[in-house]
Amino acid sequence: MQPIVSISDVSKTYATGFEALKHVTLDIHKGEIFALLGPNGAGKTTLISIICGIVRASTGRVIADGHDIIGEYRQARFKIGLVPQELTTDAFETVWATVTHSRGLFGRSSNPAYIEKVLKDLSLWDKKDSKIMTLSGGMKRRVMIAKALSHEPTILFLDEPTAGVDVELRRDMWNLVRSLRESGVTIILTTHYIDEAEEMADRVGVINKGEIILVEEKKALMRKLGKKEITLELAKALDRIPDALAHHKLDLSADGHELTYSYDTQGERTGITTLLHDLAEAGIRFRDLNTKQSSLEEIFVNLVRERS
Amino acid sequence: MNLHAVRAIYKFEMARTFRTLLQSVVSPVLSTSLYFVVFGGAIGSRIAEIDGVTYGAFIVPGLIMLSLLTQSISNASFGIYFPKFIGTIYELLSAPVSSLEIVIGYVGAAATKSAMLGLITLATAAFFVPLHIEHPVWMLAFLFLTCITFSLFGFIIGIWARNFEQLQLIPLLIVTPLAFLGGSFYSIDMLPPLWRTISLANPVVYLVSGFRWSFFGTADVGIQISLAITLLFLVACLAIVTWIFRTGYRLKN
Repeated sequence: MQPIVSISDVSKTYATGFEALKHVTLDIHKGEIFALLGPNGAGKTTLISIICGIVRASTGRVIADGHDIIGEYRQARFKIGLVPQELTTDAFETVWATVTHSRGLFGRSSNPAYIEKVLKDLSLWDKKDSKIMTLSGGMKRRVMIAKALSHEPTILFLDEPTAGVDVELRRDMWNLVRSLRESGVTIILTTHYIDEAEEMADRVGVINKGEIILVEEKKALMRKLGKKEITLELAKALDRIPDALAHHKLDLSADGHELTYSYDTQGERTGITTLLHDLAEAGIRFRDLNTKQSSLEEIFVNLVRERS
Repeated sequence: MNLHAVRAIYKFEMARTFRTLLQSVVSPVLSTSLYFVVFGGAIGSRIAEIDGVTYGAFIVPGLIMLSLLTQSISNASFGIYFPKFIGTIYELLSAPVSSLEIVIGYVGAAATKSAMLGLITLATAAFFVPLHIEHPVWMLAFLFLTCITFSLFGFIIGIWARNFEQLQLIPLLIVTPLAFLGGSFYSIDMLPPLWRTISLANPVVYLVSGFRWSFFGTADVGIQISLAITLLFLVACLAIVTWIFRTGYRLKN
């Protein structure tokens, strides 16, 4: 697939000597939602800031929609919208004025009809004449998205878009991101809410200590790295795991009512058939059975821990 | 050139002037009027004419220049410092705008504001003293040149400043004393020879002198020298601004 953003060997060392990025190479595909995961200080915001022109890379090259972000910065930035993590707004301006200003700043001629559509899509139309300082945090976040969309970008960076917002707004944001993708916008979001990436992303990149340690299709990642568990709810409580089942590496719950078996979905043999056979042989009956796949969060934590 | 961006920055900055009309326009006009009442009316009536000009009229160019210097610096430094302070500078840095377009937008708006104030101050002065402008074209040329030059200087201060204290430091400790000692209220010919020589190191002397020449046709220093010094300061400010954008000084990491 043709990359819409191509990052080649980008490194960043700040004046303090802190190495925020180490030889990052990454391609973002056109039309996808890419989630960049990483703990605080991993380099997510630095990477986005370099692509958007806010921070200078020490080495490396970035191409956005076919344009070098340094040599052809006008064409590149024209395609990019950015919603930063911090709620930085012109408190004394009205919603309409600030969004219109953003459109002009990015070189677009005035288009009140388009601004109206953006504000309506973001449920901001009623607030268009309100000063930003009078809006709630969630509304301010929407204003920042409206500003980023005002010049009709094809690439949208969302840096921690739902940090500090309530559950309802988070759901709204997710729906908004999906609808933007449907309209053809490529979305790169950074988050440390794993469920956010799990809910929305097509692909996931994990960054830690300035290095990209993994890029994978979300589904493939979960399939590849995911552990699965079977929990058996027993008809009669057990005092201990019978010797005949010891080799299955089972966990017995404190009350003796549940047996849990973990297995690797990628393994040649999962051992489930043998386990069920051995349970029947041992005369252990169960009332219910359920399976659980490890979440992206667990995968992420394991990955970061392994590389630390 | 991204003219839409230049227009957007310019309009945004000018909108702030009109939103804060009392602070932006009325306050400087009021303080300038007070100067006229005190120095022009009360004290000036007891001072003899200077080069055939009444003291009240003599201080008009100096007062306008004082207003232009302080307002140009204040408007331009605040204009670029405020987005840095609240964090909205990210948008400017990520927009497809060149450094020249940013400077035209911010400095243009700041210079427009101070030029407006200068002209309002001039109109206010006409209520207090009879005014005749000998070289009106040169008067406007000096006025706009000063506005642009000192707005550029203010822009540099706004980028350099890390906090509000630093933002006020240079205008308060350097610019205002230089403006007061630059012949705004007197001719440097009235000073003893040593102080006259020292005063010639003050760039404001040349601005005030040139501006006063455009009003009355007489000056402390030659008009060519005044113009050259003003242009030299403009070029120096342009060079510093170019360096700032080339290196990203206090704008980009």
